[in-house]
Amino acid sequence: MCPTLAVTNAMKPAVTMAAATAFVLICSNIMVSLLRRLLKPHLRILVFTLTIATFVTIADRFLAAYVYEMSKQLGPYVPLIIVNCLIISRAEICASKQGLGVAISDGVGMSLGFGLGLATIATVREVLGSGTWFGLHVMPTGWPNWGIMALPPGAFITLGLLLAVAEWATEKRASTALWRTVRMLWSWRH
Amino acid sequence: METLTGLILIFISAALINNFVLHYFVGICPFLGVSRRVDTAFGMGCAVTFVISISTLLNWTFTYFILRPGAPLPAAVWQSLGGSAQTQIDLSVLSYIIYIFVIASSVQFVEMYVRRFFPPLYKSFGVFLPLITTNCAILFASLEVLKHMQDPMDLWGLPQALALALGGGLGFTLAISLMAGIREELDLCDVPSALRGAGIALIVAGIMAMAFMGFTGVERGVDAALSSLLR
Repeated sequence: MCPTLAVTNAMKPAVTMAAATAFVLICSNIMVSLLRRLLKPHLRILVFTLTIATFVTIADRFLAAYVYEMSKQLGPYVPLIIVNCLIISRAEICASKQGLGVAISDGVGMSLGFGLGLATIATVREVLGSGTWFGLHVMPTGWPNWGIMALPPGAFITLGLLLAVAEWATEKRASTALWRTVRMLWSWRH
Repeated sequence: METLTGLILIFISAALINNFVLHYFVGICPFLGVSRRVDTAFGMGCAVTFVISISTLLNWTFTYFILRPGAPLPAAVWQSLGGSAQTQIDLSVLSYIIYIFVIASSVQFVEMYVRRFFPPLYKSFGVFLPLITTNCAILFASLEVLKHMQDPMDLWGLPQALALALGGGLGFTLAISLMAGIREELDLCDVPSALRGAGIALIVAGIMAMAFMGFTGVERGVDAALSSLLR
């Protein structure tokens, strides 16, 4: 949950974060899936956490070596991938019960979804907050930057409104489907 | 006196100016999940403050003696194995693994200890303890301390680390209790159906974050007041 809000003030950090999370998620899914027969039930969570921490260390060192500026900007949020609920819950629910193929595809799918979510929030915040997208100017000149969108409050408000939009869309589709079913039943009766 | 002012500033900065939840976004999951009623929210806040202090204490000890660049213990081991005294040993690569291990095991021990020796305390916040292991705020406090342990010339001592942990924990308690108070009132309001639940909670959190932005710059005034008071 934390990275969704903390690193989405622009597209670049959001994409870097999504890539790091994807690497950790896929690698830990593979590892847990390979180890699943050796796991003892009461030590399970500890093994998951330590596996994730190892891969997070690798990702963090890699970022610090090749994209130093970005790694400085992301700061503590790269190590905080360790306590990302998404990764540990996928290890628990999927990878510790399924074979290698299923675990890998689950990791890829989950990280694509996570990246899409981050990119959506980052797009809204960067376009409204600084008038750019990936550093390119997209808004007309004279656009007053909504500074608040790039600051912490903007993150909360954007996520809240996006959740509401998602909820509204689901509700609407559900009600149309219901309406269609009702109509079908009605026509079938007559 | 210098040190005391520094400690108070670290505390205020962690609790109000850079509030863990509203500025750094750590600990959002319990902030949204356990903030329906004021009493449970307060219990959760106390549990987090308790665990954050203990795990920061332990992690500071590990960092100071083992993990930081130029730490005494690995150097002693290296020399007893016949290495030269000039070699600089830096084990901070291991810090994430050690931190999460320490946090997970200390939460386990704290839970057992509290259940055995303080049953009323266990009843009031014991149920939250297992949830806290995956709380980002705990790990974040240790990482902030690690950041200040890199330079051997300018190390954070134990008091500074504990001031950060206590300030962060109390700031979390403040934020989650305020949030729970607002949400209890929200139950009586007519919220649009799509916004109900997490949506309106996040928007309220955004407005609270704006309010907390008002604390920016307070540290300068506090610094001036304290130094004139303590002179």
